[in-house]
Amino acid sequence: MSGSITAGLAPRAAAPTRGWAHPPWRILIAGAAWLALAGVTLGLPEADDLPETTTFGAGAAVLGLALLVLAPVAGRLGTVGQRVRHWSPWLAVLALAFLAWEAATAKIALLPMPFFPPPQAIVEVFRDDWPRLGGSIVASLVLLAGGYTIGAATGFALGVAIGASRAVGYWAHPVLRFVGPLPPTAWLPLAFFVFPSSWSASTFLVALATGFPVTVLTWSGVAGVNKAYFDVARTLGASRSFLILRVAIPAALPHVFVGLFMGLGASFVVLVVAEMLGVKAGLGWYLQWAQGWAAYANMYAALIVMALMCSSLITLLFRVRDRLLAWQKGLVQW
Amino acid sequence: MRERPAVQAGGARLTIEAVSHAFAIRGAALPVLDRVSLTVKPGGFVALLGPSGCGKSTLLRLVAGLEPPDQGAIAIDGDPVEGPDPSRLLVFQDPTLYPWRTVRANVALGLEAQGVGRGRASRADAALHLVGLDGFAEVYPHQLSGGMAQRVALARALVNEPRLLLLDEPLGKLDALTRLAMQAEILRLWQEKRFTALLVTHDVEEALVLAERVIVLGDRPAAIRAELPVPAPYPRHRDDPAIVRLRREILNILGQQT
Repeated sequence: MSGSITAGLAPRAAAPTRGWAHPPWRILIAGAAWLALAGVTLGLPEADDLPETTTFGAGAAVLGLALLVLAPVAGRLGTVGQRVRHWSPWLAVLALAFLAWEAATAKIALLPMPFFPPPQAIVEVFRDDWPRLGGSIVASLVLLAGGYTIGAATGFALGVAIGASRAVGYWAHPVLRFVGPLPPTAWLPLAFFVFPSSWSASTFLVALATGFPVTVLTWSGVAGVNKAYFDVARTLGASRSFLILRVAIPAALPHVFVGLFMGLGASFVVLVVAEMLGVKAGLGWYLQWAQGWAAYANMYAALIVMALMCSSLITLLFRVRDRLLAWQKGLVQW
Repeated sequence: MRERPAVQAGGARLTIEAVSHAFAIRGAALPVLDRVSLTVKPGGFVALLGPSGCGKSTLLRLVAGLEPPDQGAIAIDGDPVEGPDPSRLLVFQDPTLYPWRTVRANVALGLEAQGVGRGRASRADAALHLVGLDGFAEVYPHQLSGGMAQRVALARALVNEPRLLLLDEPLGKLDALTRLAMQAEILRLWQEKRFTALLVTHDVEEALVLAERVIVLGDRPAAIRAELPVPAPYPRHRDDPAIVRLRREILNILGQQT
């Protein structure tokens, strides 16, 4: 949020307004937008019969009313009030986007129906199909966690070994250069018949996708450590293991986290492709399955869930990094 | 690690005998030191003075045991130097503190590396007190000024109770005022702890204010051009006639007529 250059240059956001002195226009407009969405959803006749129209409309109305009630007291609610103020332009735009979507699909049927379901159809999916959707999330997370952990641990160990040992570097470097840039998905056909199960094959592929960037960045981090750090430690009586564990690795950690970040992105790609092509579970499989049944609302629902999952995992990684690298200045905020 | 006597007998005697050294640059040998010989008595303070890049720092690296000399011998109390040892410590021009460690953890680095388990934090805090940085133990290096960082680097060396302190232009990057304060500080620590000190500098006044003996090195490959005892008592003043006379003499040797 505050990672942009403008954060330092723009004038500070005005102090939270108190009472009625300054009507909190931002929040009021956001509330009005959600009420408008509720009005259009509940008031206008529909081209088709949609079971969750009332739920969706009622939800929009509740949010709109909540914002209107919150508006006058937001200045006195501390961080919660400030957060509502901060996000209310986004909330207003979101409501208008929903409104356009709702009108174009359910109300005037401008967009062809099976491919572009109205928002309430997606609400319906979350209500009716949540066991299958939830199971798919769990399956995806289990596969991802296994593969990512193996890949990250192997990549880290290999990267440190290449950086620290000439012999390991001699043997590993050519292999890494030749095989590393190959997209992990290219291994898919081979992996599916070499490994005993599609699950172990996919774990391997996720690990591969994670391992390559983690290895290269860990290695470059270790190789780039200021040589004077080693001189200091050596004069102070450090052993070789101390030089690796207490000097090289902590100094390389910022690079390692770049590798972990890139590896996480690559692992999402491989995860979804592997689930679409071989594994009979997970969000990738769900997407494929929904498309096969022309259940487009389910597909959109799965995409939303997938976006939430990937974004949360990246957020989690950045939180871990912020804790471990608190000593660094100027960290990028995610 | 070699067994060290239980009671530290103050500073170490340093003997450098006919040391020559060269760097290999693209296959060609670039000589940096040419038959340098000198002795520093236990608890002595000697300054090596010379133009930038003349090989003074290389000599300190050799004494520290970070590299073996091409020719000649270096010995501490008669024992040849075979590698780095915490009884012989180097303070660099850059403080080179580890940014991921707090000031206290930076100071305790040597104790940790040598496997000293007990009393690490209290010894580190005592060393920080010695350099006047009480209350900065929990701070990270990027929060320190240049002078404070160099004080931490001094504390990181002193906590190991070195018998020989090698100072490689430790004040070279500090502003003029901080520099004066740090010179007084180094002098105080040396008088208090009685370690042997070998200082490399290109600042004539700094050498004359601090050292008992100043050794002037020539351009690359560095050889000893002159050796001048500084007879003035401590604390010395820059405008002391003896210092002024020596300063002129050294500048003459270095070819800077005044």
